[in-house]
Amino acid sequence: MNLNSYKLSFSIAWVHLVSKPKQTIIAMLGVTFGIGMFIALVSLMTGLNDFTEEITMTSSPDIHIYHDITETRLSILEQMNPNGLNQVHHQKPKDETLRLRNARQLLELIRKDERMQGVAPVLSSQVFYNYGPVQLNGLILGVEILEEDKLFDLKAKMKEGRLEDLLSYHEGIIMGSGLAKKLNVKKGDRVVITTPQGFTRTLKVVGIFQIGIGTVDNVRSYANISMVQTILQQEQSYITDINIKLKDRHLAKQVANELQAKFSYKAEDWETANATFQTGVTIRNIITYAVSFTLLIVAGFGIYNILNMTIYNKMKDIAILKAMGFAGRDVRSIFMIQSLAIGLVGGLIGLLVGFTLSLLIERAPFDGGDVISLDHFPVNFDSIYYITGIIFGVVTTAVAGYMPSRKAAQVDPIEILRGQ
Amino acid sequence: MTMSLPYVLRTQSVTKYFYDPEKFQVLKHINLTVNRGEFLSLVGKSGCGKSTLMYVLSTMDTDYQGQLEIAGIQLTGKSQNELAQFRNRHIGFVFQFHYLLPEFTVLQNVMIPALKLGQYSNEEIEHRAIEKLSVLGMQDHAKKRTSKLSGGQQQRVAIARALINDPDIIMGDEPTGNLDSYNSNVVFDIFRELTSVYKQTIIAVTHDDEFAKRTDRVVVMSDGQIATS
Repeated sequence: MNLNSYKLSFSIAWVHLVSKPKQTIIAMLGVTFGIGMFIALVSLMTGLNDFTEEITMTSSPDIHIYHDITETRLSILEQMNPNGLNQVHHQKPKDETLRLRNARQLLELIRKDERMQGVAPVLSSQVFYNYGPVQLNGLILGVEILEEDKLFDLKAKMKEGRLEDLLSYHEGIIMGSGLAKKLNVKKGDRVVITTPQGFTRTLKVVGIFQIGIGTVDNVRSYANISMVQTILQQEQSYITDINIKLKDRHLAKQVANELQAKFSYKAEDWETANATFQTGVTIRNIITYAVSFTLLIVAGFGIYNILNMTIYNKMKDIAILKAMGFAGRDVRSIFMIQSLAIGLVGGLIGLLVGFTLSLLIERAPFDGGDVISLDHFPVNFDSIYYITGIIFGVVTTAVAGYMPSRKAAQVDPIEILRGQ
Repeated sequence: MTMSLPYVLRTQSVTKYFYDPEKFQVLKHINLTVNRGEFLSLVGKSGCGKSTLMYVLSTMDTDYQGQLEIAGIQLTGKSQNELAQFRNRHIGFVFQFHYLLPEFTVLQNVMIPALKLGQYSNEEIEHRAIEKLSVLGMQDHAKKRTSKLSGGQQQRVAIARALINDPDIIMGDEPTGNLDSYNSNVVFDIFRELTSVYKQTIIAVTHDDEFAKRTDRVVVMSDGQIATS
């Protein structure tokens, strides 16, 4: 088929489309609606996914190394007599401290690894915060604050004060915003910290941070690692956790396994730590694609119906075109062009509708409450979804248009021309 | 056009069966030669096979035995696509009902087969289409929608469309069957002029005896055979 034939098929298809504007517009609206909803849904869903992923990532390290004292271990009896029928009642966990032995050397070793972006030692402890009559349970993390910043971008999370203030003021503390609010403390106030062992110390609030997750902001505060060692009455090498950020987050599982085998401490990767979060992402994706796919299938049926009707009404035209020398494929292309035009134009308008809806959704106020600090919906405007949408739309209409078009190509002109 | 051959169309022993509702031989060893510039009418009682023969000759019906040759080209056994191309170039059609495309103007309808052929530029095709329309006295209606024309006018546009690619042969299936006597005469006179002035070959199936009588040659069919020619 030469270029002329295509041009001719195209202009016949065009005339068919514009001579029945109502029908054409209805077919297009089906595609527009399908793609528009797909874009709006997928933008909101992936926006939410990205948002939750980001705040989860900022609050949990890629890999977390700690001494898991709850891990089940073999009893002495089982160790001595591995092949016997052993029964040990009421075996308690071994009396071990949470400390990581030779933590400083561990840190040095891990830092040498090419894949590491940041490695930060942490010493954490349960504490009571006292401010006037208010007494709250919480968590204090002893950190090297600048190293911690590399991992979690704390600088951007500071609501008051600066990270560096903690370095210059040894007896300082940076407190989570929820915790500060409950205690009713402001920057510059002094808070009394009590450890489970009964040690008490007064620390000054030098800054307030907000990560955006209630479970963190309501309980956590940061202090210098040496200060926490002091309140826990431990020596300088006492470290309970190592947090790691990788250059490529997706290597976490593999690296965690390596580290665990190498150092025989528990190394937990972010996927394992946030398994429920991952499930949520998968389920949201399934729902988004299932709904969008259904909408587009429905639009496809609409196009199939309308083309079938057009072809039925145009039987005589098809017969005379074939008599005049149009081959089956020429006739097929006339109707395929119509369905593709409906798909393409309807799809492009759909993208526009989807974009507008996304803009509106982004502006809609949404209160995340105490759990997540969110005042409007997060929406993703990634162009990949727009490309997916238009391809999806054109493919659906091509499939829906193909069957009626093939039928038109197979029309036997004699039957119609002799008909009367 | 291949001017060397004296004949435009020739069949050799064309035979065709219908299988529904039962096997029935509708064409029996038809041998027919049509000369260049001949105005031939194909007549016979209904059911005699004249229309069936016509559609075999038109190349649209390929389900037959025997040989068909038009303009020096052996057509039996060619693919549907090749036959479509052949019709576009070599055959013009005029049917009982005009079968113009209702969404297009008169001019566009006449131009379509030429655009499909793609031998000339769009400007030339338009020029040629207007020329053909003026042969038929329809040039003033060129920009009108076909639905705005009377039956006789529509049939004249259909004839102009059949002429656009300068076909070797024009085939008509009851070309005057749907027209009053005035318009029938108009169409006949046009055919007459085309054959005598332009040496156009025309085959027309008709049951109008007045029409047939005035053609150059009358082929009478009966029971699937040519009775007299």
